[in-house]
Amino acid sequence: MVGGFGGSMATVVQEKLKAEVRNLSFYYNQVQALKDVNLPIAENRITALIGPSGCGKTTYLRCFNRMHDLYPGNRYEGEIILYPDELNIISPKIDPIEVRMRISMVFQKPNPFPKTLYENVAYGLRVRGENKMSLLDEKVEKALRQAALWDEVNGRIHDLAFNLSGGQQQRLCIARALATDPEILLFDEPTSALDPTATLKIEELIMKLKRDLTIIIVTHNMQQAARVSDYTAFMYLGEIIEFDKTEKMFTRPSKKLTEDYITGRFG
Amino acid sequence: MKERAIEGILLLGALSSIFITLSIVFILFYEAAGFFKDVSIWEFVTGRQWTPLFAQPKFGILPLVCGTLLVTGIAVLVALPVGLIVAVYLSEYAPHKIREVAKPILELLAAVPTVVYGYFALLFLTPILRNFIPELSGFNALSPGIIMGVMIVPYVSSVSEDAMKAVPMHIREGSYATGATKFQTAFRVIIPSAFSGIAAAFIIGISRAIGETMVVAIAAGMMPNLTLNPIEPIQTLTAYIVGVSLGDVPHGTIEYKTIFAAGITLFFMTLFLNILGFWFRRRIREVY
Amino acid sequence: MVQKKDPRGLLTMPHDEKITQEIRRRIAHNKFRDHLFWIIGLFSTLIGFVVLFTLIIDLFTDGFPRLSWSFLTSYPSRFPEKAGVLSAWVGTTLVMMVTAAAAVPLGIAAGVYLEEYSKKNWLTHLIEINMNNLAGVPSIIYGLLALGLFVYFLKLGESILTGGLTLGLLILPMVVISTRESIKAIPNSIREASYALGATKWQTIKGHILPYSISGILTGMIIGLSRAIGETAPIITVGALTFIAFLPSSPVTSSFPFFSFKWLFDPFTVMPIQMFNWVSRPQKEFHLNAAAAGIILLLMTLVMNGFAIYLRYKFRKRIKW
Repeated sequence: MVGGFGGSMATVVQEKLKAEVRNLSFYYNQVQALKDVNLPIAENRITALIGPSGCGKTTYLRCFNRMHDLYPGNRYEGEIILYPDELNIISPKIDPIEVRMRISMVFQKPNPFPKTLYENVAYGLRVRGENKMSLLDEKVEKALRQAALWDEVNGRIHDLAFNLSGGQQQRLCIARALATDPEILLFDEPTSALDPTATLKIEELIMKLKRDLTIIIVTHNMQQAARVSDYTAFMYLGEIIEFDKTEKMFTRPSKKLTEDYITGRFG
Repeated sequence: MKERAIEGILLLGALSSIFITLSIVFILFYEAAGFFKDVSIWEFVTGRQWTPLFAQPKFGILPLVCGTLLVTGIAVLVALPVGLIVAVYLSEYAPHKIREVAKPILELLAAVPTVVYGYFALLFLTPILRNFIPELSGFNALSPGIIMGVMIVPYVSSVSEDAMKAVPMHIREGSYATGATKFQTAFRVIIPSAFSGIAAAFIIGISRAIGETMVVAIAAGMMPNLTLNPIEPIQTLTAYIVGVSLGDVPHGTIEYKTIFAAGITLFFMTLFLNILGFWFRRRIREVY
Repeated sequence: MVQKKDPRGLLTMPHDEKITQEIRRRIAHNKFRDHLFWIIGLFSTLIGFVVLFTLIIDLFTDGFPRLSWSFLTSYPSRFPEKAGVLSAWVGTTLVMMVTAAAAVPLGIAAGVYLEEYSKKNWLTHLIEINMNNLAGVPSIIYGLLALGLFVYFLKLGESILTGGLTLGLLILPMVVISTRESIKAIPNSIREASYALGATKWQTIKGHILPYSISGILTGMIIGLSRAIGETAPIITVGALTFIAFLPSSPVTSSFPFFSFKWLFDPFTVMPIQMFNWVSRPQKEFHLNAAAAGIILLLMTLVMNGFAIYLRYKFRKRIKW
């Protein structure tokens, strides 16, 4: 289970995998946005994706929860294997909804629903048919605690979500994603719309979360990737240029392109 | 100098809308005042018979108001749910080809002259409904009500659809990412987000039904009737005005005054609706 | 779920088969509702189509046999076989001319003012509120307005002029709105280019704004007229007759000055009123006439709507911003 494919990536991850990306290509109509991507995703670890705008990192992330299926003209090739049941989650035979019930996402711009805080967090549970008040109460509180929001909003969880600040709204979205006990949590540039204080809070939160689940985070902020993640992949023009333990990637990158990006020579 | 003159002329054009509104209000109130000099407001509002042209005239507006509300109620029962469902279907579900065909058809539905709908209600729908409801009278509230409902669907659906399309994509994605289906996303997230627009659509639909004239004039009957039974003939406020106007209506006669009394009642009903809609939208804006 | 520790001491969470099955069951349940709604939605959309289709078929089966040259050139009559729509369609044409003459200049003026001149002050706000409100006023109230104002106060009588003015006021909001939309679509860079060359506001409007928005304005006008053609209630209220066996005076006369305005003050009828009159009679033969009139009316409306859509398409191709 420790990476079954050739290349330099085979030896990078020596621990248990939660997922494995094999020869993933992706096409927006005729345009190829991802070229033969291979990547192991370690369980209970944070894997970061960095790269300049347009390199395909968000496209890659959105393959994991089949978001591309919402729009016509998109096509996947290759596999993303989910462990332990060895399911290829981008197979057309697998329902995207099933994938989304196991893999949650937090978006770049906080997108709470026009509902109360409580109903926002409970939304995923209600979608799964969970309507018992006592169970919902319990799970909502647990999720809000995990998202480090409980202390701030306890007492007003039946207020509308729009009254929260930007940072709080994003943590609410994280709570919403956590309430359904996902196996993998995807973060799409989660702090790019937030101020530095809110950003710090969320980074601390993400690092605590890896205890319970596997995290993939896309970020255009290299320092964030360096601070937060265990493994980092550098992407450019739809390909993975380099993948390594974060510490090694940022101190002794093996490829020149990676080094140029990290030192700010482009992008 | 010439520029100022031109601006002045154009301003006059723009002011015409204010002028028209003022004229409507003025004429209605002025002529209705003439009516209420002879008839007490109390009798008007509470009387249960409307027979202004009899030897012993009765001036209770309730039968006409009731007729209007009955037909409107039936129309709204058809138009609001169907309109909303069509809007959700077209904005969230329908493939491009179906939308291309459905939207022009809905526009056409709204463009058909109302006399033609009246003809259809009287001569086609009523006989068909008679098969299911033998006691259905030739003039009734059910048939025009249903036709009006279908007629109004395009108004409700197009305004609702615009409201739903305005909900940003990232809110939709947030819902889908939780594993929700289209149905769950549409009804639990998008409709609440688009609520004020949908409320506006509903109010437009109700307004349109209240003000409709020809369909009811042709198919509902010309006899005021204080009833809530849709199989009986009734007369609406609008049909009354048309009915009287078909004859000679010299200025200052009692017939002349009654149509303005009916008119001002209609005016207040639609005004009330407009204010309701306005208030609704203010509240929603505060909340969201 | 049981948590295990593997030999390296890392916590593992084996995926529970039961949970997958439960998820799949729940998804199936949700998707069932989803598909059910798909069917309901399609069905609801079809209702409109079915009604329209049935209406047209019904109208044609009853009315088509009655359509003939003599139908178009005869006056109404007590005898249904002899009755025709001559006075009606002539009346409609003349009234539409007055309607257009009233609504178009006024509507364009208002639209241009609101888009090019007005500032965001209380007056503009008031004008806009009124415009939106008027679009929702029932048409019969316009009839009452016209009765009091045009027929009696201004003493224009129960004439073509009154009818045309009434309908003109009715469709005014439509013309204004479509004028505004067309003008809004013109990018500011065009205006700035004109001003930069030293043109005045009116020169810019005359030379650029109006010509470029003319297609939208025309479309709005045609759609407004197609609505006006079918309007019955306000015209009845201002006293159009339901049975006239003569035509209004001709606009063109045989002696100097070769045209007259007398027709504006003549009594008249219009197509929808003729149809209404025939449908209200008990004899079935008159209903057939009504159906025939309905076909003509429907055709007029559809042709105008279709023409407006065609214009919109054609002009959109010519001017690409």
